[in-house]
This record gives sequence, C-alpha cells and structure tokens, in this order.
Amino acid sequence: MDNLLHVGKNIPRTAETDKVTGRAVYMDEYKRPGMLHGKILYSRYAHARIKSINTEKAKNLPGVRAVITGYDIPDVRVGFLGDQTVLKRDLVRQFRDEVAAVAAITPEIAEEALKLIEVEYEPLPAIFDPLEAMKPDAPLVHETDARGRPLRSNILPLPWKFNAGDVEKARQESAYTATDSVNTPWINQCCMGTSGCVAEFDSNNNLMFCSQTNVIFGAKQRIQTYLLNIGLKGKKIRVINPTVGGSFGTKLDTDIYEFICIQLALKTRKPVRIRFTREEEFMALPPRQTARFTIEQGCDKNGLLTFRKVEAILDNGAYTSWGATTPSVMMLPISSMYRVPNVSFQATCVYTNNIYSQAMRGYGNPQAAFAVETSMDHLAETAGIDAAEFRMINRNHPGDVTPMGLKITTCPLEQCITAVKEKIKWDEKRGKRNGRGVGMASLIHVAGGARVYLSDGTGIRIKVNESGEVDVLSGSTDQGQGSPTVIAQIVAEATGFKPEDVNIVFGDTALGLWDAGTHASRHTFVAGNAAVRAGEKVKQQILELAVQYIPKMVKRSLKQQKKKNPDFVEPELDYTLIDSPEKLDLRNRMIFPKAAPDHPHFKTEVGKILTSGLHVGTGESKAVVAEVFWDPPTEMLNAEMKGNYSCTYAFGAAGVEVEVDRQTGEVKILKLVSAHDVGRAINPSLVKGQIYGAAYIGVGYGLTERVQLVDGKVVNPNFRDYKILTANDAIPVEAVIIEDPDPAGPYGAKGIGEPGLVPTAPAIANAVYDAIGVRIKDLPITPEKVLAALKAKEG
Amino acid sequence: MKKEITFTLNNEKVVVEVDPGWTLLYLLREVFELTGTKEGCGVGECGACTVIVDGDAVSSCLYPVLEAEGKNVITIEGVAASDGTLHPLQQAFIDNNGVQCGYCTSGMIMSAKALLEKKAVPTEEDIRTSIAGNICRCTGYVQIVESVQQAAERMKK
Ligand code: FES
Ligand code: FES
Repeated sequence: MDNLLHVGKNIPRTAETDKVTGRAVYMDEYKRPGMLHGKILYSRYAHARIKSINTEKAKNLPGVRAVITGYDIPDVRVGFLGDQTVLKRDLVRQFRDEVAAVAAITPEIAEEALKLIEVEYEPLPAIFDPLEAMKPDAPLVHETDARGRPLRSNILPLPWKFNAGDVEKARQESAYTATDSVNTPWINQCCMGTSGCVAEFDSNNNLMFCSQTNVIFGAKQRIQTYLLNIGLKGKKIRVINPTVGGSFGTKLDTDIYEFICIQLALKTRKPVRIRFTREEEFMALPPRQTARFTIEQGCDKNGLLTFRKVEAILDNGAYTSWGATTPSVMMLPISSMYRVPNVSFQATCVYTNNIYSQAMRGYGNPQAAFAVETSMDHLAETAGIDAAEFRMINRNHPGDVTPMGLKITTCPLEQCITAVKEKIKWDEKRGKRNGRGVGMASLIHVAGGARVYLSDGTGIRIKVNESGEVDVLSGSTDQGQGSPTVIAQIVAEATGFKPEDVNIVFGDTALGLWDAGTHASRHTFVAGNAAVRAGEKVKQQILELAVQYIPKMVKRSLKQQKKKNPDFVEPELDYTLIDSPEKLDLRNRMIFPKAAPDHPHFKTEVGKILTSGLHVGTGESKAVVAEVFWDPPTEMLNAEMKGNYSCTYAFGAAGVEVEVDRQTGEVKILKLVSAHDVGRAINPSLVKGQIYGAAYIGVGYGLTERVQLVDGKVVNPNFRDYKILTANDAIPVEAVIIEDPDPAGPYGAKGIGEPGLVPTAPAIANAVYDAIGVRIKDLPITPEKVLAALKAKEG
Repeated sequence: MKKEITFTLNNEKVVVEVDPGWTLLYLLREVFELTGTKEGCGVGECGACTVIVDGDAVSSCLYPVLEAEGKNVITIEGVAASDGTLHPLQQAFIDNNGVQCGYCTSGMIMSAKALLEKKAVPTEEDIRTSIAGNICRCTGYVQIVESVQQAAERMKK
C-alpha cells in the first residue's frame, strides 16, 4: 500500500479549471434553441379550497406561450407516498403549493403573467404544530391517502420503531439516569446555485432532461413512471447534469417544479427552463424538518451505558418526501453511538400545513446526534464522570455488532477523541465555568454505502483510447465535492496511468452505468471500489496485450538496428521475463517486467502497446475496455429496523472552545477541532475541504440558522434574515484526519461527505454549558436563548 | 427607451444599447454572454455576482447599468491572461481546493483580486473582510483564504 503513486496525494482539481475562469456551464448557462422560461404560481394560503382560477389575461399577454393549471394536465399523483399532485386543483395545503405555471419567451414576461392569473380561495383552518396535529380532533391535512382511502389522523403510516434488549429493566438497574427534551430547527440547505432544470421533448416525445439531481437513475425512473401515468408510454428519457452549484440533500428527490417543467415542455413543444429565485429557494424548496426529541439514558456506577430511550416527533409538512425517512439514519447514533445494550426508539412523522420537508447533508444524523450527545454530557455530569472520559469508556470497538446489527470493522474513535482532547486542551480548560468553556461530541455515520434502495451499487466503465486517455463513464454525479478528482486518482492508481490521463464522464444516464446515487457519503467508497475493480481489469487487458506485443516490438526494433548497422550485435534477451501478464506491471504509463523494472529493452510506454493492439490488421484487433458493477455486501433494514446497512462506518469527534458574553448572550467560537476517521484519505486536501465545509454548516446549525415559519409561511427568505456564516465569522477550525485503512474500502477509504456536520452543534451546546452552566436544548443557540436561560437560572 | 453607453469591458472598449432599468449583471450575462458572473440572490446579499468596476469589487446585481458609462469593468472572463494562462488567484484556487461547487468562485476571485490590487501583502483579516460579502456554502472559507494567501505570495515573487 505504501507504494501508492497517486492515492494519498493532494492532486489539484485541474479538471475543474472552468470553474475559475467562468466557463463552467451551470443550469443558468444551459441553453437550448427556442428555449422558453417557466414560472410557477404558488398558493397564497397555508390551507384553502381553490374556488376558481382564471388564466385568460395571462394567456393573452404577448410573449406567453402556455399557462397551465391542474385542470390542464392529468391528475396524477407523485412523491414518496403519492400524496400530492403536480398542480393542485381543489385544495392547497401549504404556502408553496403549485397552483399554476407559465411558459414565456423571457423570465420577466413569465413573471408578469403570474400576476395576471386570478385565483379565488376559500381559506380553511390550518395546523402548524405537530403536537397539535397529532391530537385526535385535529383538522386533517389529508382526508384520504394516495388510493383514496379515508385517513383518520395526521400521523404518517411509517413504522419507525426500534427495540433492542430490555430498556425498562435496564432503567431500573441503572445507577444514574438523565432525561432531556431537545428541539432542532427547520434548515434551508442554501445551495449557492438555486434549483432549476431544462426539459425538452424531441419529435418522438422522447425527453432530454437536464437536472441537478444527484441520483440520475432514480430521477429517470420517477419521470418514466410519471410519463407513463400521463399516457406517454415507451418514451426514452435521458437525464443529464450540468455543473451543479451545490446539493446538500436538495437534489435527492424529484421536485414538483421538475414535473411542471416537463408539462410546460410537453404543452409548448419547446425546451423549457425553470430556475428558482433565491426567495423561491427559501419558500418553495423542501428544507430539513424540525424535530423534537425526548431522550433518556442511563449508566451503571462505573459509567457504562445501560440503556437509551428516544422518542422523536418530526414535522413532515404537508406532503411526503425523504424528510419522512430521516429516522432511518437517526437510528445510527441512537442505536449505535457508543456501546449501549438496551435501546428503544420511536419516531412519529406528522402532517401539518407547513412546507414539506426533505433531506439535508447528514440526513437524520445531525438532529439525533444533537439529542444523544447533549444528553451524554448531562449523564456524565450526573454520574460525576468527566464527559470525555465517559465517552472514552463507552466507545465503540472494532468487531462490535451494535444493537441495530451494524458490524463495526475499523473504529479509531479512541484516536479521534484523544486528538480532540489534546488540541482543544480539554484537561486544562474543562469545568472552569468562567464564561469560557470546552465541549465535545462524537459521531458514527455510514461510510461504506447505505442500502436504502434495493441496490446500493455503482457501475463504472473504463475505456482506454488508442493514444492513452482513460475515459471513465459512470452514473455518479458531482455536486462540488470533487469526486471526479478522487475517482481519477483511484483509476490512475489501479490502471497504471496518470491522473491527468483520466477523463471523467459523470451525470448522464445514456453514457453511465446504473448508480444508486451520489449521496449518503457513499460515492468514494462504492464508486471507488467499482473503479479499482474495473481499473484492475483494464490493467490486466493491457498487460495481456503487452505479453503479445512487447516481444514482437523488441524483435522488430533489433532487426531494424541490425539492418541499419551490420556490426550491431543483437543482445541475448531473456523473454521469459515478460512471457505472462503476472510478470509485468504498469505504473505511471510505463510497462515493465517486475523482475527488472528498468529493463532497457522491455520497458515500454503504454501508448505503443495500445496502438499495436488496435492496428494488428489481422481481424483480431483489441480495444481496451472494462466495466464493473459493484454492489456492496450490505443489508436492507428489516421490519425491526435492524441490519448492517453499510459496509463500514465512519467515526469522529468534534471539540469546541467557546466564550459566552453574559451581557449580550453572544457565543463566540474560539476554536473548533474536527477529527475524523476517513479510512484512508485518497486526497487529503479534498478530505479537509469536506470536513471544513461540513463543520461550518454545523456551526450554522448550532448558532445561527433557522427557517422561520409563521403560520406556515417562511418569513426570512433571504440571506439578510437567514444567517449563514461568512468569512468574517473567522472560526478557527482545525481538521484532523485519522487514517486507519478499512479492509473493504478502495485503498482503505471510507466516506467523509457528511460526518463533519454531525458532531459540531452538540459540541457547541456542551461547550456553552461548560462556560456558563446552562443547557440550551433548542437550536440554534441564539443570544436571546442564552440570555433567557441565564435569567431563568439566576431566578 | 434604450440608451447607448460606452465603457471598457475586460480591457476592450464597448458601445452598447441598454435599457436604463437593467442591472450591470443583466447586461453582462444576457447581452455579452459573460456568464461567469453568477446570480446567487439578485439582491446584493451573496456576492456571487461580484465584478470589479474601476478597481472596486461591486455587486453587479445591484449596479445600475447606466452607471457603467465610462467605467472600467473587469469580470471573471477578463482575469486570465489573453493567452489563457491563469491568473495566480485562479491557479491558487485550483491548487488549494479553494473551489468546490464553484458557484461562489467567480465572485470570490473578483473580490480577492480587488483586494490584492490595493494591498499586495494582505493580512488574513484583510482577506476575510474582502470576501465577507461573498457567501460560500461548500468550503467553510478555510481553503479559500489559503488560496488567496498563496496567490499573494506567488504574485510577490
Ligand atoms: S447575486 Fe448579487 S449579491 Fe447575490
Ligand atoms: S464552492 Fe460552492 S458555494 Fe463556494
């Protein structure tokens, strides 16, 4: 492994030079001839009956090419539970409900046309608090389910219930227990490139769909189903990605605007683009939902955890997307963070008339980790044990099988905690209560795929062209994390070429092999594994060609030399050095005998072999191409929510030092250390980029970010009122990479896309407690909450 | 009522008819097709649309197009040398992972360039202040600051 030429190096992102010169084509720059611009009219109420819609004036506006409402398109249901339609006909259940859409020759005209659409509503009683919505007499957000069967409650029929061991018994036997209630807020993913797509049908009604999705085959499948349901059978769909301006969970599901765009394209017979304004991005894009947790944990007199009991209530909003499935990942920290034998967990997702929710980086983990890790701090204090020590004695170990059935392979959690303790000067700074404090939290996350669909696989095809460029075709995507660079390094290593030879083609269903999606921190691990395997096949093919052609080439060259110079003495060559592929190697484009790497006659530049292989002229030419579809040996969660759903798990810890101003309530972060188990860093600079970026979002989660909903309406839909951190916040963050190569990872690598976000907010909350002795259990930790808590404490 | 304006765009004199209601961003993107300048919010809160006007970094989404009359405007497309050689800032962003999704990158580079033209040896605080109006969701700014620092170093030599 130490012989690696490209893996482990800070290879620069040269393939992305277009991003620094302004040439990269994002959705905004993806243009088609005759393209129209689509705009959407949203509801003016959180819950209302639509009495009438009049589109006449809008249709007559010059430049408008189509105006559609729910009455102009088939009444087909979409979404995870099929609980909504594309354009709403009778009822609106949230402010972002799509009521009509316009296609026009410019976005400005489309916008103008929206104002001319007259909609008459009859407002209905709405419900915004999930606790209220759970009550038996609460007004129903949905009267029926997708199949028209009557619903009696706002509680979603999702079985998020987990039990392991005997929690009741363990509670009675515990020496110490702690109970907490914590809340996490609505969060907007805030991709800098807003949502958008371009839909275009050809003359045969086949669809070209340019989408920012990070699950291109999933999107294709959903669109295919939709087209089928609206009566377009047997149509071919090609989904392609432009350069994507961030994803963070927003591109996992197919959004309603995408179906609307398709309908407008169908209606106008023209390519149509929809592109969200920033305000729309805040008001009409599903955010991470708010969650309320009740958590109780216990330990014995030695501090060993005995049980953990968690109940969560999630505000689903008015419809169902992936937000409702986040409990499957909340399970990770709840069941498996630290050794805890008895666990129970129940999550209830509730319909309300709030904006519907979806995924965000970390899925359910940051929410649940906030509950688990702040409660760990509380329990440690109750038991009189140092909070770092408490984590250390309960830490996970390699070889553990957790109550959820997760099989822990490598687990350097101990090193992560130790690194954090040292760098944050834990022993010196903890427990002073002088307005400064340190806090810590740990994490576990999937890092070796995540079997959330039937397949957790990725296909990679590698073809080597005659001159030696290596084309890698895959159904993966890049939303900015740098996966093309990482895969290029892996392919270069496995094939024997150089990273700069590798040309990555992602994000096209027509070219790439099937991929479960670039999500769940799975890409480097799963696509990387496929790439190693395909790369090795390619190398084998080349070495086979080499066995065939190097002797011929050498003999030919010797003969020529002899011809030119009759005095030339032909050397005695030992051709057994190269008579089988096993005796050869290929590295950095050079083929050589393993037994004599610098052999003056046999060492051959790979390009010569490739050309020879193609230009035999005997009808037996050979092109070098290989493909591998790799589906990791992971399990789907069973009915009890158990199963080893990833091949390996990433651990980590964050430590934070804060200073809290008792006068203003302001929390200042003096230092943030984020230590992560990455298996092996394929590209340390890129790994750090993931850790820094995620940690920063974690700080926002902890201190500043919150989508404010007032009676279902987003009232802070801009960067002035929705506070994300800027460079001025200058938080000194240190990323620590812990390498403990995982046997199943490509060159030992684990996934690192999401982990950095997970432990940050609880570490901040724990540090705030250490500084001033109050626990803020409601994110974000704003100055107002700090002041209120201080006031309450001082009575 | 259209009006004609004359200004210097990426070192070239241009004469163009504009609608007085346009922003400079609109003119750059829609008329000149200089689409490296991004719109992240359209209301002056994100910095994705930053360009340099007479040496100062400005949000082109707020900049009234008529005010460009007689000015010297540089966009991301005018940063590299005419033979395509990258500016040290561009190279440093590539080398130091200062770019992830890249949506904020044009604006970041323009803000940093305006800074380095005024102050060749900036402190970390100078750098952070210069890009404080440029929001980045991907990087946590760490490697962006490092990129600017390295570019400044390289430009000194
Ligand atoms: S687009 Fe101009 S500041 Fe955001
Ligand atoms: S690199 Fe994505 S917003 Fe900055």
